[in-house]
Amino acid sequence: MKCDIILAGVGGQGILSIATILGAAALRENLHLKQAEVHGMSQRGGDVMSCLRLSSDPIASDLIPMGKADLIIALEPMEALRHIAWLSPQGRVVTSTVPFVNIPNYPAEEKIREALDSLPRVTAFDMEAVAKESATLRASNMVLLGAASPYIGLTPEQIIEGIRTVFSPKGEKMVDTNIAAFEAGRDCALTY
Amino acid sequence: MKKLLLGDEALALGAINAGLSGAYAYPGTPSTEILEFVQAHPVAKARNIHSHWSSNEKTAVEEALGMSFCGKRSMASMKHVGLNVAADAFVNSAMTGTNGGMLVISADDPSMHSSQNEQDSRFYARFAMTPCLEPSSQQEAYDMAAYGFRLSEEIRIPVVVRLVTRLSHSRAQVEVAAEAAPENPKSYPANPRQWVLMPGNSRVRYRELIADRDKMEEASATSPFNRLFPGEDTSLGIIASGIAYNYVMECFPGGCPFPLLKISQYPLPKKLVGELAGKVDRIMVVEEGQPVIEELLRGLLDTPARPVLGKLDGYLPRTGELTPDSVAAALRKALPDCAPLLPAEVAAAPEFVKDIVVPRPPALCQGCGHRDVYAALNAALENFDNPKVFGDIGCYTLGWLSPFNAIDTCLDMGASITMAHGAADAGQHPSVAIIGDSTFTHSGMTGLLDAVNEDTPMTVIISDNLTTGMTGGQDSQGTGKIEQICLGLGVDPAHLHTIDSLPRTFEEMKTLFLNEFSHSGLSVIVARRECIQTARRHARK
Repeated sequence: MKCDIILAGVGGQGILSIATILGAAALRENLHLKQAEVHGMSQRGGDVMSCLRLSSDPIASDLIPMGKADLIIALEPMEALRHIAWLSPQGRVVTSTVPFVNIPNYPAEEKIREALDSLPRVTAFDMEAVAKESATLRASNMVLLGAASPYIGLTPEQIIEGIRTVFSPKGEKMVDTNIAAFEAGRDCALTY
Repeated sequence: MKKLLLGDEALALGAINAGLSGAYAYPGTPSTEILEFVQAHPVAKARNIHSHWSSNEKTAVEEALGMSFCGKRSMASMKHVGLNVAADAFVNSAMTGTNGGMLVISADDPSMHSSQNEQDSRFYARFAMTPCLEPSSQQEAYDMAAYGFRLSEEIRIPVVVRLVTRLSHSRAQVEVAAEAAPENPKSYPANPRQWVLMPGNSRVRYRELIADRDKMEEASATSPFNRLFPGEDTSLGIIASGIAYNYVMECFPGGCPFPLLKISQYPLPKKLVGELAGKVDRIMVVEEGQPVIEELLRGLLDTPARPVLGKLDGYLPRTGELTPDSVAAALRKALPDCAPLLPAEVAAAPEFVKDIVVPRPPALCQGCGHRDVYAALNAALENFDNPKVFGDIGCYTLGWLSPFNAIDTCLDMGASITMAHGAADAGQHPSVAIIGDSTFTHSGMTGLLDAVNEDTPMTVIISDNLTTGMTGGQDSQGTGKIEQICLGLGVDPAHLHTIDSLPRTFEEMKTLFLNEFSHSGLSVIVARRECIQTARRHARK
């Protein structure tokens, strides 16, 4: 098993929680994992990217080489495209379509949509709407994780165990909300 | 047992498990998580291991050295530029030597993700003549803590641990001990004379330090972290240090066919380098940061007899951090015959996204008090011909960006006050310094004393958010004491003002700034509002 994932979003969106959950799941399954992330200045509303590598064999580099990512998981459509050079020719993009506009020159949404649609394998929908409907808006990142889950190489049960590990200190209700969002996201991806 | 840890955390846990008694640090990306990990660790709490933040990196190193003097294991951690601040203490700590093991951890930031420069801490270790450890993995970071303490106690010298952003902030599984080893008992240095660096003592000690270099080099030659791997193809040899080793190995998933020397401990072991050089036609040096090993290998005589390939001749980029891609490109260039077997080049940004993806620079948070300070400051400065605002290090450095474009300089911690002072001496008016509370107590107080003594015509704004914001909200040493510190340094109470930095105090702030610009001496304005991030965290508790 090997899955190289680029996680992308805007600082504060909760993209790194996805890495934490997959990390907990990988540790439990005794998989090798390397996950590089950026802290500090880049978190102040700037773009955030993390390389997450899962493998049953030892992993050399903390960074994913360009053109080698199996998945780009993004909470923001322009951020999905920012790292497109990392995507392997067989790779897939899973992204929310809701733009996060905190800059004056944000591109036209149609252009972003067109670029996404030109990719061979893409799962793109409004994760916020699904989160609001199935759980709460704040669980958008779990909808995203659910939508990406068919392509990671872990079973949904394994990932849900990861969600439990990470959220159980915050209470059972928090766990249930996040699992509900995860499952809603997964359903959307499987029927996309 | 296995744990998922950042490089920073692995090193911190390694130190705790090796019997650490005191951790000292000032926050700085990418090193901050080291002390935070100690602060949160149950063993550290149960043993009362010191883990308060220090006022700056110099106080941190001195405090750690004091603990080492008493025989205990200690560490001081900082970002690379923090070692500049601590340089006096650090370089001289190689002269006093240590008693209990002491690690000086410096986290470099190649690519300047959150820093002013790309300086390489390995130069500092060479300069002070201490050993230096450079982990290539989280596991090595963990293991090197105990190893570094032992090395420090054997040679009686502080040991530098050089981290880089991509290790500090990358997670992996680490095999860790289930229990922490006991702390050292208290003891005093065997040679007390060495700890008093008066010239007579220092001259004796300096000869010893130079003689100890042989022991350090022997330790490097036999280090479990330095290893010469054989390879069948001797047309090239590779020296890969620290995290760069991983990028080389990423290029050879089936194993490296070339002899490869992995370096993770310095001084550079002549013996191992010589062994490699004896086998191969050319040597490529792959190292993260500045070309430290490469320059040593080339020397001034850089002979074509055995070519060295690296950053100085363009095989690898001279600036920015390495990536598996830049290392693959260097290998393709050096090995045209092997190129088809190496990872292929991929275009950095495909055409179809070029017009769509625009930069998204970081910005001050909505609801941040620095925003209100800059809004009022810009309004107050509007009618001056050439107002100059000297900035400092922190979130408020983002005030240089649009929409504020409010500062003219950013140099180092504390330089706002001293540069505004120098500019005022040159006749600049208004000469404004803007500095955060944590930066002020780190390195601003001494500069303010200079300005007090000369009643320099300048305005100092201390934008106090009651925390160390940029690094994620660590306790700031001056919280609740800023005005008292200013008064204690001798600031005229008539020109020391405190104001809330809020949207509704805009007019009041603007008027206050204008009044103080017209004062022909030193003014200090403390503009205060809790950081929105820490305020949210406090509200949740």
